[in-house]
Amino acid sequence: MSPRPLPRVVVVGTSAGGVTALGQLLAALPADLPVPVLIVLHLPRDRPSRIAGLLDPGCSLPVLEAEDKQPLRRGTVIFAPPDYHLLVEDERTLALSCDAPVVFSRPAIDPLFESAAAVFGADVLAILLTGASQDGSEGIAAVRAAGGLAWLQCPEEAEASTMPAAALQHAGADAVLPLEQLCQRLKEMFS
Amino acid sequence: MNESALFDLELKVLLEAVYQRYHYDFRDYAVSSLRRRMRQAMQRFECERLTDLQHRLLHEPEVFAQAMQFFTVQVSEMFRDPGYFRVLREQAVPVLRTYPSIKLWVAGCSTGEEVWSLAILLQEEGLLDRAIVYATDINPTALAAAEAGAFAIDRLAQFSRNYLQAGGTGSLSDYYTTAYNGAVFDRRLRRNIVFADHSLATDTVFSEVHLVSCRNVLIYFNRELQDRAVGLFRDSLVHRGFLGLGSKESLQFGEHHAAFETCSREQRLYRKAA
Repeated sequence: MSPRPLPRVVVVGTSAGGVTALGQLLAALPADLPVPVLIVLHLPRDRPSRIAGLLDPGCSLPVLEAEDKQPLRRGTVIFAPPDYHLLVEDERTLALSCDAPVVFSRPAIDPLFESAAAVFGADVLAILLTGASQDGSEGIAAVRAAGGLAWLQCPEEAEASTMPAAALQHAGADAVLPLEQLCQRLKEMFS
Repeated sequence: MNESALFDLELKVLLEAVYQRYHYDFRDYAVSSLRRRMRQAMQRFECERLTDLQHRLLHEPEVFAQAMQFFTVQVSEMFRDPGYFRVLREQAVPVLRTYPSIKLWVAGCSTGEEVWSLAILLQEEGLLDRAIVYATDINPTALAAAEAGAFAIDRLAQFSRNYLQAGGTGSLSDYYTTAYNGAVFDRRLRRNIVFADHSLATDTVFSEVHLVSCRNVLIYFNRELQDRAVGLFRDSLVHRGFLGLGSKESLQFGEHHAAFETCSREQRLYRKAA
């Protein structure tokens, strides 16, 4: 059997406790990462987010907030803006939408993961971290159904266990790891 | 062919069928969000497959009418993104004031929140009497709601906060009366608003305008259709006319970016280049 090809996109979802966890994850990304990283962190809808600017200094890749129809580029980290869902439109383009909140959240994780699975099929690595919501479970299911990889932060270790635990129960996973090991495995995958 | 590719094929065929049957053209809508909304429509109309939904849409016009809410998206607030309206007041109004009469176009006005906001702004700036506001959308139900100018009472607190942050000079309650759990906006604001059916996908320029406000509409279009719409705006605008977009929409990825210069990057207000 030939080795599994590398993912062509990494999608990440997180909520409560996510800022700290993302700081750790983004610090682990190599400067020559050959894929884009798209992130949904649940955010309050009614004010601008400073998350991209906050995490940019600790990451060797540029960290940006998404704009509609922005080109999808390797080696960039893109956050969903407050009050918009972030979606993969095609292999080269992102899209935003104001469609209804999912599990009370906009941005939400499910739409990002599902759209990545629809465009990139098996070539998706989805990572679901700490969070106190059920969002992400459907997305993880969609990624796995398309043959992509799903990694979950170990619920026992996560600051808020609900989100990875719900996804694990709903859709299973290809790996369930403490954050540090998850970061390590990510580094190894692309080195 | 896997499930996901089959779904996309069914979607393509459905959009073509809807176009030929009803002349609504969603073929160049952004597929990433349309997929989700079509899945919701399948649930709503109890269809197992997209092909089943297509069957119902083609054979039951009333189902198509109800399904419009899944093809288009109605999400807005009055004075949504208050900073945008503040920039309109500070940067566009002084220029608009120099014309003896002005025309403004709210493209994709949906249920009208932004139209009524703009009318209030123009009223407070003493410009409403010499303005014509075109409020257009493709969704007849949304357009009727926009024209009625009635909004649920529980939304008014947010609208009022936005209004004040947007630089409103009075109180939002000066402009509406409440009845039956709803707030109805003053018909006098409506006197110079023209509500009309217009499609950014299939219709053309209908007037020369001084300002186009088209916010969170282009995000539902793919890049080709965005280019068509922005081209229409460029061709509709007077020399040095204004274009306002949604807070995460940008001209920089489209083919007409050189036709506009930026007034406020933060609030996405542009001006037709000389």
